[in-house]
Amino acid sequence: MQRIGVFVCWCGSNIAGTVDVKAVAEALKAEPGVVFSTDYQYMCSQAGQDMIKESVREHKLTGIVICSCSPRMHEATFRKTAAAAGLNPYMVEIANIREQCSWVHKEMPIGTEKAIILGKAAVAKVNLNTPLTPGESPVTKRALVIGGGIAGIQTALDIADAGFPVDIVEKKPTIGGKMAQLDKTFPTLDCAACILTPKMVDVAQHEKIRIFSYSEVSEVKGFVGNFDVTIKKHARYVKEDVCTGCGACVEKCPMKKVPNEFNLGMDNRPAIYIPFAQAVPKVATIDPNACNMLKNGKCGLCARVCTAGAIDYKQQDEYIQEKYGAIVVATGFNPISMDKFDEFAYNQSKDVITSLEFERLTNAAGPTAGKLLRPSDGKHPHTIVFVQCVGSRCDSCAQKGKEYCSKICCMYTAKHAMLTRDKYPDTEVYVFYIDVRTPGKSFDEFYRRAVEEYDVHYIKGMVGKVTPQGDKLKVQASDLLSNKQLHIDADLVVLAAAIEPDKSARPLATMLTASMDTNDFFTEAHPKLRPVESPTAGVFLSGTCQGPKDIPETVSQAGAAASKVIGLLAKDKLKGNPCVAHSNEQMCNGCSSCERVCPYGAITYEDKEFRMPDRTTAIRRVAAVNPAVCQGCGACTVACPSGAMDLRGFMNEQIMAEVDAICK
Amino acid sequence: MQKVSQQQLIDKAVSLLADGTVSCVLGWTKGEFDYDITPALFTDEASLRQGFVWNDFCGANFSKYLVAKTRKCEGKILVFLKPCDTYSFNQLLTEHRFDREKVYAVGIPCEGMADIDKVKAICGDGISSIDCNGEKMAVQTIYEDAPVQVDASSVLAERCINCKSKKHVAYDELMGDEGDVIDSARFDEVAKLEAMTPDERFTFWQNELSRCIRCNACRDACPACTCEVCVFNNPKSGVENKSPANSFEEKMFHIIRAFHVAGRCTDCGECSRVCPQNIPLHLLNRKFIKDMNECYGEYQAGAEVGSRAPLVNYTTDDLEPGEVFNGRDSDA
Repeated sequence: MQRIGVFVCWCGSNIAGTVDVKAVAEALKAEPGVVFSTDYQYMCSQAGQDMIKESVREHKLTGIVICSCSPRMHEATFRKTAAAAGLNPYMVEIANIREQCSWVHKEMPIGTEKAIILGKAAVAKVNLNTPLTPGESPVTKRALVIGGGIAGIQTALDIADAGFPVDIVEKKPTIGGKMAQLDKTFPTLDCAACILTPKMVDVAQHEKIRIFSYSEVSEVKGFVGNFDVTIKKHARYVKEDVCTGCGACVEKCPMKKVPNEFNLGMDNRPAIYIPFAQAVPKVATIDPNACNMLKNGKCGLCARVCTAGAIDYKQQDEYIQEKYGAIVVATGFNPISMDKFDEFAYNQSKDVITSLEFERLTNAAGPTAGKLLRPSDGKHPHTIVFVQCVGSRCDSCAQKGKEYCSKICCMYTAKHAMLTRDKYPDTEVYVFYIDVRTPGKSFDEFYRRAVEEYDVHYIKGMVGKVTPQGDKLKVQASDLLSNKQLHIDADLVVLAAAIEPDKSARPLATMLTASMDTNDFFTEAHPKLRPVESPTAGVFLSGTCQGPKDIPETVSQAGAAASKVIGLLAKDKLKGNPCVAHSNEQMCNGCSSCERVCPYGAITYEDKEFRMPDRTTAIRRVAAVNPAVCQGCGACTVACPSGAMDLRGFMNEQIMAEVDAICK
Repeated sequence: MQKVSQQQLIDKAVSLLADGTVSCVLGWTKGEFDYDITPALFTDEASLRQGFVWNDFCGANFSKYLVAKTRKCEGKILVFLKPCDTYSFNQLLTEHRFDREKVYAVGIPCEGMADIDKVKAICGDGISSIDCNGEKMAVQTIYEDAPVQVDASSVLAERCINCKSKKHVAYDELMGDEGDVIDSARFDEVAKLEAMTPDERFTFWQNELSRCIRCNACRDACPACTCEVCVFNNPKSGVENKSPANSFEEKMFHIIRAFHVAGRCTDCGECSRVCPQNIPLHLLNRKFIKDMNECYGEYQAGAEVGSRAPLVNYTTDDLEPGEVFNGRDSDA
């Protein structure tokens, strides 16, 4: 028989406001096994914990029931308290009388009644609890960073600097991500390339970092500390270790009419290409959809001009298997498609562009060598209209765009407007906005400079329609402050398109069993207290895959994710969760039902010899659970037709006892 | 009358025993009465010729016997499988319940099995012998001088009237002609139950299940019930060896059993055949099968080895649990 102590927490007035805590403590005193029951203002405080420890000694307790907040909050705290008092930490059960009781009920009698029932269920369970000991598993001291943008680069550098090997998987031929496409960065206006490319070089030269460019993660197995990852390295038809990046092939390639993705299709590139001058790794890649040699075997010019002999038309996709202890997701973002926003005539006129295209138009390495010229006729635009919140902060019923604020648009639009007025003072610049949101260090000052020093016309209101007419764009808009309709003849319209997570994120989340929100942003383990960890142990989040972010925020989050990874990799052994499934071999039929439902591949079968009642032996197939792989989800226990599978810490017997206690 | 004769089966068994293909034969033998046929294991020609029986009362599905017998017998076992038995055979293979290598399966066609209660309804009690070899079934009772001629099709068991398949889905050798999967009306009875109000349905089942004497025959005959330790024999389960002390317990036994075999039940109908109280237990299982078919698409347990039953399989097309619930709700 257990000797159970019940500790009812007030949580200040959080619980005590709606639950008569003294009545709960009193009622639970009568439950079987309970030898001591009390209440206290803050059970999680040092004094509260000391009281628990003291009671364990004084009343020789073998089990503890804490009636308090959610176990997600303080289960770990109270398990440590129990361990300090000499109890097995798994002899502690939490009855959640805050989130599931006091916070959802308004009236004291109802709250109290439910708290007593929840307490009874926990007592019934503790009566059947057994001490559990977690197993240990080794940690592979290597990290995988998925995505090679500024988030991935910073995380990889920080982890590698701490001495752990890191692999970066980037699906494009070069690392650098969106930041490599930007011109200047707010609010200090330093050039993106000038601050990013040294970091890219650092990555390339770091002895602890390997870059798998033009590659994707194709399979993830295993668990925290022991992930088995398959990386698919796409054939680039150029030997990466031989190519010197001289660019002779790029120059000679006769197929020069391929839209250049790096410049968002505003100019062309050859079939063999290096995305930009500072690409890392600086090796050429052949586009198999454009290359004549690969399509019909006619050409082969690049192989002839390559003095290094790096061209290999027969190269195949390569699959690389590697073990990792931690995985960082840094898959980044893309501007949303403008297809659903016909009112802005994006698909009708070349002179309606997105902000990222504007970045390329003003970038010295862009299609116009940094001169702001209209894509349609190459003329200098004299009137530019910037439209904010295109697809951001949309009504959920509108069936287009996103409900959230993309966060970065206000600032980059202010930057675009200011830079345009600075370089081309004869240009009139209008910015249409819903709100201007500038929280951030030196952000509001920056925006005010655009308005006050550079005379950018900020107009509160949205653009209703853009109509191409001749070589002008007729912009119809409303000015909400003066309650007027505006008609502007613009030369260029720039749309601040909302940003969304990269399309590769959703299948990746499935592979990682990491959760996502409805917008396909990865969810964090706790929105405030664990912002860079995913709820899946060993998977960390860096950058815009978790939510819209600007560069400073991304870099700080990348560093935070790295420090979490370093903390994990610094450990030699990881303590597992002892609440794992196990099979009773005497009862197991070997039917494979459990194996089929196990999402972690933790169950295998073995043929075992059994003594039968008539003294013969028989060989039977029985299930065996790998406790290091099992996550304790319990799917097998309900699939098992014979009840041979059970989950330690959540045994069928315990669950039934809880149900009985509640229904009694 | 069955298309393949008793003599043909005996000859087949004798020859397979003689050439060493098998070391024993799982077959039927006469019990106390002609209609009271029970399973038996034969190991030599003499006992086969003397005791092996094959007629309209050989309803027993031998698939389940293979679980225990393959562990005990040296060498291969010859088993005769009617079409519906082959589904159970496959389902047990899917669940790795016996070693396929230790079995020699001979598929035999089946014209349907007779329900002795229907025979008795025509001929009355006191049946002394039944001859199934003629065009009609000749039933001799102690009260009559001449045997009563009964049309075999008029006394078919319910499961055979609603036969789902004359096709063998597993065998090493087939005797006679292969049949087809039949578009049977087996869910019509379930639909009738579904059309009842919840109160009517409750009364129906209360009435049926109140006759249960907890003899465990349904469980013992069921080819899906092959657990090493049955939950009803397991002291830890809390439901061990209970007599039907009250109406709650008698219902719980059958409901637990129906849940345990859900997705694995091939609808072979053995539960209802062996029930001494004539409880239509197969209707519980058929309701599950019907629901699963409606919620997750057509699925026949045992149609192929290794198939994944919808309840232990996840696909992205699966209905959300709430939708399933609503579906049932609107049915009721």
